[in-house]
Amino acid sequence: MRKILEVRHLSKIYGKGCPRCIESTGPEADTNICPHCGSVVAIHDVSFDLHEGEILGLMGESGSGKSTVVKNLYFDQTPTSGSARFIEGDATHEMFNLNAAQQRRLRNQRFGMVYQNPHLGLNFGISSGGNIAERLLMSDVSHYGEIRKRAKELLSRTEVLLSRMDESPAAFSGGMQQRVQIAKALATNPPLLYLDEVTTGLDLSVQARILDLILEIQQERNTAMIVVTHDLGVIRLLTGRALVMKYGRVIESGLTDQILEDPQHAYTQRLVASAL
Amino acid sequence: MQTPILKINGFAKHFTLHEQGKQIPSSHNVNLEVYAGELTALIGPTGAGKSSVLKGIYRTYLPSAGEILYCDRHGELVDLAQVDEYRMLQLRHEEIGFVTQFLFCLPRQSTLDVVAHPLVVRGESRESGRNKAAEMLAALNLPERLWSISPATFSGGEKQRVNLARGLVAKPRLLLLDEPTASLDPVTAERVIGIIEGIKQEGVAMLAIFHHPELTQRLGDRVVELTPPSAFLKTQAINQQEKVYA
Repeated sequence: MRKILEVRHLSKIYGKGCPRCIESTGPEADTNICPHCGSVVAIHDVSFDLHEGEILGLMGESGSGKSTVVKNLYFDQTPTSGSARFIEGDATHEMFNLNAAQQRRLRNQRFGMVYQNPHLGLNFGISSGGNIAERLLMSDVSHYGEIRKRAKELLSRTEVLLSRMDESPAAFSGGMQQRVQIAKALATNPPLLYLDEVTTGLDLSVQARILDLILEIQQERNTAMIVVTHDLGVIRLLTGRALVMKYGRVIESGLTDQILEDPQHAYTQRLVASAL
Repeated sequence: MQTPILKINGFAKHFTLHEQGKQIPSSHNVNLEVYAGELTALIGPTGAGKSSVLKGIYRTYLPSAGEILYCDRHGELVDLAQVDEYRMLQLRHEEIGFVTQFLFCLPRQSTLDVVAHPLVVRGESRESGRNKAAEMLAALNLPERLWSISPATFSGGEKQRVNLARGLVAKPRLLLLDEPTASLDPVTAERVIGIIEGIKQEGVAMLAIFHHPELTQRLGDRVVELTPPSAFLKTQAINQQEKVYA
């Protein structure tokens, strides 16, 4: 399988930063706030590769920086330093060197994002079908009948009742909103999907069906995914490899079953022991 | 002379428990070879670290020492103790199978799909995968009425057969078996032995943990005996500042 994403030394610091930020933060320092200048080192020196059709997990507790990684890769934020390459056929895009229009093209057509909070991923002012149409319009599909047809296909694939596709997602349950978000993310059939705590806060039976749906989609379309979660069950179910993060640093990486059965770092051992 | 598919030199595995500040030894100084069309039997008392060897090869455990030289289908030599994670995942999908004693599966997936999964991952159609899965389940004597339901609620012996079917149907180049007949009745165990003999004929290389000397004698072309770590090694206090795997 081909590599589709290469992330190197990605860092994001909130605040003005100072020369001592890096040495004064991280798991050893037991904080991500620099005591000298007050800046927050959200992530530092994160590197990994992702291949076609692969699901990579980012795990860690709140504030470990796992969401910041995908937000930077989806251009929701701009990293302080580091690089990311998106490889598509013969073309390689240095993601953070692209201009705004090029970044928008990748974001609208080649990447998909599903947020924990549906308000971030969906426009509640328009219908569910309209949300999908919006994304299709941004990727140059403009025939009304075609858009309507694609929206129907996507919503039925993600098991949203078609009789409700003209309602606003505001009227939907949390699980249903996530399904609309997934349908929207998949609208352009992107090779890369970011899933940020997509099942957090949903009740168990709804979680299970959404996770099944994600696995089915991965098998049908060979979509590569980065799954951000603090839930070890989700990590075990979905991912083949995982990175464990703490205070903005990757403290351990490995095959998912190895991280769960033979964790190396003291923090990962505590994490696994407290969950299983 | 034939070259081995798998050659292990000086393998060791110990666990570092940071919270308790302890080091628990498991396997130590393991040397063995596995050849195509042959079965190497791994024997020894409980606690000798037999399962740790299999998990070390499959990389469910991270080996502490030694090399695990695997000759892949292109004839390239790979040290599984060092190989990068993505390559290891590919080898698991394409070449190396593992039948453990425990089955992890979704409570929402039918037995046929569980067994067909390794074939589907390799790109076979769901239909064809399910057909092969059905054949293997029939050969292993699992009643057909169970095929469409999830193995999550099955008995120990039923689960073991599902697990075996999944490992055997994929016909990997190297198959790791952890007590493949442990919870089976004699009739079914006999069928499993027949199937193992069959895939051996087809050239599959196997490394298997056996507890019954009779099985070792019938199926093993080579035998490797492990000894438990000596008593004084049992638990050692370790320095809290152990190096961290990153």
